[in-house]
Amino acid sequence: MKFIMDIMTVVLVSAGAFFFMAGTVGLLRFPDTLTRLHALTKVDNLGLGLIVVGLLPQVEGLLSAFKLISIWVLVQLSGAIVSQLIAQATQRSGRQT
Amino acid sequence: MTYYVAFDLGLAGLLIAIAASTICARAAFVSLVLFMIYGLLLAIVWVRLSAVDVALTETAIGGGVTGMLLLGAAARLRATKASAAEAGLSFRLAAGALCLLVSVALGVVVFSLPDVPPTLAPIAKENLALSGLGNPVAGVLFVYRALDTLLEKVVLLLALVGVWSLAQDQAWGGIPGFRVYAQPNSILVFLAQVLPPIGIMVGIYMFWAGANHPGGAFQGGTVLAAMWLLVMMARLRDVPAINALWVRQLLVVGPGAFLAIGLLGFVFADSFLAYPPDHAKPLIIIAEATLTLSIGVTLALLVAGPPERMPQQ
Repeated sequence: MKFIMDIMTVVLVSAGAFFFMAGTVGLLRFPDTLTRLHALTKVDNLGLGLIVVGLLPQVEGLLSAFKLISIWVLVQLSGAIVSQLIAQATQRSGRQT
Repeated sequence: MTYYVAFDLGLAGLLIAIAASTICARAAFVSLVLFMIYGLLLAIVWVRLSAVDVALTETAIGGGVTGMLLLGAAARLRATKASAAEAGLSFRLAAGALCLLVSVALGVVVFSLPDVPPTLAPIAKENLALSGLGNPVAGVLFVYRALDTLLEKVVLLLALVGVWSLAQDQAWGGIPGFRVYAQPNSILVFLAQVLPPIGIMVGIYMFWAGANHPGGAFQGGTVLAAMWLLVMMARLRDVPAINALWVRQLLVVGPGAFLAIGLLGFVFADSFLAYPPDHAKPLIIIAEATLTLSIGVTLALLVAGPPERMPQQ
């Protein structure tokens, strides 16, 4: 059981790390603000989400698990809203790059 | 073990690279963003050194409040075009030489440290139980070095007075010129409605947990300040005038309560800032609770800046 859980953690955290890397490449390579934001939100959502799910088998107790999930939810909330705000600011200033 | 060494080396390299690019960045805004990233990375360094309390403070102050203060300053500079004034070559050389001197001196000091540093930690830890606190850092802050902590909070108030004193005469006692976004249906308003209940709870938890775990008044107060700033930024609440009575009361309640407890030490214990043995923990909790509130209000008003206009009657 322990072994299966460890495998799960390694696979999920690696997948999360991959999304982080892909998001970073997108942030560096995409041509304008909106597409770069698009790349970043994937990192917040899938990357962090996969890492949190991957770490869940390793934590002791429900409270720690709840804390981990809360972190993900809060990052989701702030990430989604901040990217909206940045996008709005981009549109207002009329500067796309 | 080698994984940790590799991680630490990577972290140190990244930190130096970010520090260098903070200095080399041409635009003030870019430099500031890099500085905030530097603060967050530094927090990870503190975690690696097992100083979680310092890491929390570094994240809250170095990455958060200082960043906001500097962003506000940069926005003001842009408005006045003062940043266009370039420093001369001799000034830059002098600044570089001084920085080099400080770095070399620090390097010499670090490399000449004794292998086994003299420490009071074992004695401090042995007697920690007397205060009823479980977190050694809180013990040092509120028991062994209580005077330093008290003075630190007073310094924070003095800094606020310094910011306020930048006000023009006719605006004294008025409303800080904090930039607010007056868009009724903006998503920022939604964030300012959803986040504060969670944030206030986290702030109180950080102060409460600080007695036995990493955390404390400063970290909790910073989170409270961030929530208040968010609410003011979204225009859900107006920025208060700095001569409002409740503002002044909240500013001094923390240091005032701490000072009062310290003075009571003359009566009920043997000296200033000494706690009566049976009531040490409740007194420390009272001091910390009020300090959390005062730190929150002070930091938020520091970010809000000097008063710029009088309230409309």
